[in-house]
Order: sequence, then C-alpha cells, then structure tokens
Amino acid sequence: MLTIKRVPTVLSNYQEDSGESRGCGRNCLGKCCLPVSKLPLYAFKSDARPEISSSGVDEPPSDFFLNSLLLGGWEDRMSRGLFRYDVTACETKVIPGEYGFVAQLNEGRHLKKRPTEFRVDRVLQPFDPAKFNFTKVGQEEVLFRFEAGEGDKARFLESAAVGEANTPSVVAINVSPIEYGHVLLIPRVLDCLPQRIDPDSFLLALHMAAEAGSPYFRLGYNSLGAFATINHLHFQAYFLTMPFPVEKAPTQRIPVVKGLSQSKVKVSKLLNYPVRGLVYEGGNTLKDLSDVVANSCICLQENNIPFNVLISDSGRRIFLFPQCYAEKQALGEVSQEILDTQVNPAVWEISGHMVLKRKKDYEEASEEYAWRLLAEVSLSEARFEEVKAYIFEATGLESEEEKIEPEENKGTPHQSSTTAVAANHFPEGCLILQ
Amino acid sequence: MVALTIPSIGRRAENTSPPSAVAEVMAGCSRRLIDQSLTARYSDWIAEALDEIQGCFLITDPGVAGHPIVFASHGFLAMSGYSREEVLGRNGRMFQGPATNRRSVLEIREAIREERTLQISLLNYRKDGTPHWILFHLFPVFGVDDGRVAHFVAVQVPIPRRSRSLSEARCGGARGRLFGACRNEVRSDCDLGCNLAADLFVDVDNRGLEAEESREASEQEKERASDAANSILSALTQYSKLTGRVVSSQRSRLAGISPLSSSLILSLGRIKQSFVLTDPQLPDMPIVYASDEFLSLTGYSRHEILGHNYEFLNGPDTEVEVLHQIRQSIQVECACTVRLLNYRKDGSLFWNLLHVSPVRNASGKVAFYVNVQIDENTKSDGLGLSPHMRQLGVVGAVKVAVRSLSLCAGPSRPSS
Repeated sequence: MLTIKRVPTVLSNYQEDSGESRGCGRNCLGKCCLPVSKLPLYAFKSDARPEISSSGVDEPPSDFFLNSLLLGGWEDRMSRGLFRYDVTACETKVIPGEYGFVAQLNEGRHLKKRPTEFRVDRVLQPFDPAKFNFTKVGQEEVLFRFEAGEGDKARFLESAAVGEANTPSVVAINVSPIEYGHVLLIPRVLDCLPQRIDPDSFLLALHMAAEAGSPYFRLGYNSLGAFATINHLHFQAYFLTMPFPVEKAPTQRIPVVKGLSQSKVKVSKLLNYPVRGLVYEGGNTLKDLSDVVANSCICLQENNIPFNVLISDSGRRIFLFPQCYAEKQALGEVSQEILDTQVNPAVWEISGHMVLKRKKDYEEASEEYAWRLLAEVSLSEARFEEVKAYIFEATGLESEEEKIEPEENKGTPHQSSTTAVAANHFPEGCLILQ
Repeated sequence: MVALTIPSIGRRAENTSPPSAVAEVMAGCSRRLIDQSLTARYSDWIAEALDEIQGCFLITDPGVAGHPIVFASHGFLAMSGYSREEVLGRNGRMFQGPATNRRSVLEIREAIREERTLQISLLNYRKDGTPHWILFHLFPVFGVDDGRVAHFVAVQVPIPRRSRSLSEARCGGARGRLFGACRNEVRSDCDLGCNLAADLFVDVDNRGLEAEESREASEQEKERASDAANSILSALTQYSKLTGRVVSSQRSRLAGISPLSSSLILSLGRIKQSFVLTDPQLPDMPIVYASDEFLSLTGYSRHEILGHNYEFLNGPDTEVEVLHQIRQSIQVECACTVRLLNYRKDGSLFWNLLHVSPVRNASGKVAFYVNVQIDENTKSDGLGLSPHMRQLGVVGAVKVAVRSLSLCAGPSRPSS
C-alpha cells in the first residue's frame, strides 16, 4: 500500500480533539444545538441578478456591509484569542519575477500531530460522522449565517433564531488563517454533505463573492485528493489586496459552436502558467455561470479527477484546475527538495500564494521554485485535453475545434462509462497519511 | 441596503437645471472637491488650456474618495455621448460593460494601484449602450512636493474596425500585442491562435463587436495617444507652476518621505467612519492619516492635525487613568477599547468610545496604530451592526489594506 506523509492544517479549534465526543451544551453546530440557537444572519438578495451590469462597482467602500460584518467579526475573534497565531505578524513578500508570486513565512500554520488515515485516491468519499466535521465546531467560531433571502434587498439580522425548518449555511473563521480575514463557507452545515460540488452550493459560493463585491476577496475550493483537509463540504475565502499571479496570466478563448451560446458563458484556456486550467466568465445570470462550472466539477468528480477551483473578480471569473500532485507524490515522482518545503499545492498555492514553513525556504523563495512546484501539480497537455473533452461533453458544449477537424476527433467521449477511460492512476488502495 | 453607486444623473442633466440641483444629486462626493481638484493645483485657467487640447481624455483625482473624474474633454464627451455633469464625480469604471475584458480591468486597477503608466486596448460603452474599442493610455502625474499622485490622466483613442483577412490578422498578430510600461505583457506566442479563433468565432456566431476578444491599435493610434498625453502633461506642468504646487511625470526622489502611498490612501478613503492612523516610528507618534468623518466629528481640518500627536482631543476633564491605559496598551502592542471625554475644536465635549489597535505591515511589525472613534450620541446606522462591531470592522479593513499594500518585491537569496 502506498502512503504519503502530508502535513495537515487545522481549520477549527475543535479539530485537534476530535477523538472525544463532548456532550452538547457545548453550543456546537450539530443538530443538538444549532436549531435552538441564534446567530447573525445575512440574507442576500436571491433573485438571479444580471451578472455584469456596467454600474457594478469594482471596489465598494471598505465599510461595505458584508465586509464590515466579516472583518469586524474576525477582529473580534482575534481579540478573543480564537486563532492559533496572529497571521499579520507573519512576514510576507512578493517574490521578484514576472508573475509576482506571494510568499509568506508561517512557522505556526502546520500542526504536528500523529497522522490519521485519509484516502486520497478517491475524489468522492461518503461523509463519516466519526471523523472531524463542522458540526463539531463551537458557535463562537461562526461569524454569521449566509443564505438566500426573500425579496429584492439584502437584509441583516444581528440575532436570528435558526429554527427547526432551516438548513443554515454558515461563515466560520479558519483558525489557521493564511491571511487576515480567512473564513470558511459551509453550505447547509446540518446536512453533513461530503466535500463535493453540487449546483446549489456552488451558487451560494458565487453569491458570497458577488456580495462581498471586492475583486480582492476570493473563494476557493479543494476536492478530496487535491488537498482538502476535511470531508465536509466547505469553501475558503480571504482578502489579499493585490492580484494573484493566476489572475494575471493570459487566456485563450475556446470557441464553441453550441451549448454555451444561449447562456453566454465563455470558457478559456489558461496560457503561460505552470498549472493548466480553464477559465469561465460571462453568463446572463450568476446562476448560468454557476451551473456550467458546477457541472464541469461534477464531471471531474465522477471521473475521479482531483481538482481545485478559484472564484475571483467578485464571482465574474472562475478558474478550474484539475490536478495530479498527490498521485505523483504517491508514486515517488516528486523531487525530495520540493517535498521538503512541505507545501501542499491546494487552490491558494496554485493561484500563486505560498505559505512556507521554513525560514530558509522563505528567504530563498524564487519564481523558479514556485513554477517548479506548480508544474508538478498540472496535468500534462495530452491529459488536460482529454479531461477538457470530458468536461465539454458533460456540460453540453461542442468545441469549435472539434467541429472543424472531425477526423482528428478520435476518442470522443461518447462512452457512457467513463471510469475505464479515467484510468485510475492510483494503484489500488493508495493512502495519504495525514 | 447601502447604496453602492452614485445615482445616474441621466436625463436630468440635459435640461437647464441649475448646477446646484445636479450637485445635490451627486451623492457620495462633494462637488466642490471636484471643482477644486484642478484649480487648486493648476490655477483657474487650466480648464481653458485643457479645452484647447484635441482628443478624448479624462482626468481623475485619486486623493478624493471614490477616485472620481474631475475633468472630461469635449472630445471625450462627444465620443461617449455623455454630458459633463453626467461624468464628473463618477468613477471611470462607469464606461465598462458586460463584454469588457475582465483581465484588462484588472490591469487598469493594478496600474492605478502601482501608480504607473499603462497602454491597453479596451472595450468601453457609450451612453446609448453601444460598445466601442479604444486604446486606453493611462499615466500618473506626481506632485513634486509630496511625491504623491496628484492626478491620473486617461487618454482614449478610438480603434476603428478594420476589415480582416486572415493574412491581415496574422500580420496584426505578428506585430505583437500592445506593450506599455505594464509588467504583464501578453505573450506574443498566443497572438496567432487568438486572432484566428476570434475570426472563426465571429463568422460562426455573428455577434459582432462583443465577440471580438481584442482589437489591436495601429501605430498611428498609439502615436495619437502619446501626443495627446504629452500635450496634457505639458499643460498641467506649466500651469502647476502658477500655484507653486508643481507636478511632474516622474515621482521626485527629493520629495518628502510620505509614509502612505496613494493606493493606501485610496483604500483608507473608502472606509466611511471616523478614524486616524498614527505612526509609532516617528517622534511623538504623529497622525499620518485622518478620515473625513474624523474631521467632521472633531471640527478640525486636515492640515491642522496631520503631523500632530492625537492628544489634542484631550482636555482638562479627560480622565488621566484612561489615557494611561491607552499608553500602556500601546507599549505592549495590544488593542484596547475605552470611553473618554474628548474635546472638539470649538471646545464642545463628547463621549468618545475609542478603540485603539496596532496595525502591522507586510514585514510583520507594527507600522501604525489605528484609533477609531464613535461619538456615543450618534444614532446607530440602522443596518444592525453594533457600534463596537463597526469599530472592529474599521480595524479589520485597515489591517487588510496596510498589510496587503505594503507588500512589495522582497529580496530573495539564490539557494546555496
């Protein structure tokens, strides 16, 4: 059995002692406590708003409501000592180079603890209530509920009863933050969804990006096998007031004949970037864009391809990165030098924000190192084209390129069973030690 | 819900309503600030001088909250279909629309943040909603005295549609993309593919203008942009000598060391609450930034307090123990919340719910202290956040801004 030692990150104060089951009265997020609790509630306007209106504001006033709520709450939790360290005391810099990768020296982020088993050869794994999940988190780590409201205006209630009928979605702090304001969005926490994308949850994430309104507030998602640490559906988000390297990379539109033309969603390929990926933009409504991306993710999930998603530009641009680093690691194909830096290339790292554990690595951090690390994450060109074809088929698109050269269009994924084609890269029973 | 955009002035501006009515409509930014933005630095004659320059251009002021347009040339108004009143006080993004390339928007935003020149093709929208391609040439104008960006100038040259044969597209591609002083040049190796793809796309979908990924500017258009830019810069430099507040296209190295960059000031200007930043590295820990709301709350003007210690708000009835408590917190680099009696400029008193917090920059060290004031007597903002949460929101926003905006390329040793 192949194993990989991975350095885990603790997301919640309650994760460290997940072995004990405390009774309730602990004010957690489980069915025992949450329905009878009161939490602040931010109910966003839920009618499908036109995605891009020219009067849309790029950067609303910093005291824009959601930001005040999020940042104020975060600062409050800081003063209450709920974080494992003060991330603003961690030195950070832009690595000199073309793309401006951001490096941070953070010796406290990674926890040393006894490894637990966590299968990483399967992107889809059923929820396991015995393992740590967000229902075990204390309510003090929750900043507010974030859900669709009725009506045409957003509303805020400082203290709203959760109630039995509701399926609340919450925004909680990440106690090992990568930057100031690092939070977790947990859709329908009581439903105990495993870490997998579904259209409703993805739409919720897009709404959050749109509500925050700042291009410097991004959301990210890691699938299992792509360095998700907890198998309970969650997105991450934080502020960084500069562009991520991936956002600066050029793109090339993939022309499509049919399928997308009605929803007006545009798909492009990322160019000149170490990790190959797709970029989605446009759409008549937020939901149109959301559905195309969600369906693409579902396709990858069903083909057992690990992936990461970056939601940027206030929900207007979404990056999708299929990846294979864990597999390479398991097969011993990653150089020891890179492994020694102990960087798990999840969505933020892929986007260009690297947290380094050792001073030596931080001081020597170079664009060349970042590129080398991320190049290991990327699918090969051939494999990427294959995966892209699955995605296009699953989302009902027909690429213009395919139409022009039908003779070269071998391997059209018309087969219904794709598991054979996906060719499980992992030898059976590959584990990662967490 | 907080109104995010300045209400469109639209048709009202086209009739003969007096300027004062329009000024009222311009929520969120003072008309006087807009008017004075140019005259205070370039004298009253600048508008006339600028009117004589051919071309479409806008001038914006990053020192005013919202980074508004303070001047629009006749050519620009004619090209865009807007009237002067509809444009002054608004932010330049009002001309963007659904098909405007988001990466181009990112490049513009970053050029502003980094205070540098940028030349880029951009799809903009006229008042009637029709899109059009322009060559967008942005450059900063620095105040020689303080080294800050006094204004940004955005010259716009329309790029007409040219009939495309495939070979022409190839030539256009081979000439390469626009290269400005922008760091993030698009790689030329993707040009061919892109242009071909755009052609095919247009043929298949026939959606016209918005289907184009990009449109190259010709050498002629680039020259027009540069010429206009030079004329404008020349006029601004010349007239700035009349007031003594001279400007230059380069940031002067002799400028006094200003701890706050324009981009930080721009970010701080978006926080619509009373607060100041003080600098603990400088002797007597002076105020280096004060929000407009602080000035309204206390009655002082900005130049009266910048560079001074925060203590001028205290007076005979201010509790000494509370001041001591604040000083102690600062000594151990901790935050504190206190309630103390403070004095406005006119001598009147108010109970100040004050929150003081250290703010670190990218080095991880404390760079500033932020002091957030709440007058106990003010009504709540009605949005549901408690005063304390609003204060903490300010602290959070300041921390994010200071940390991110102090990020710069740090030295890296080559690995041994």
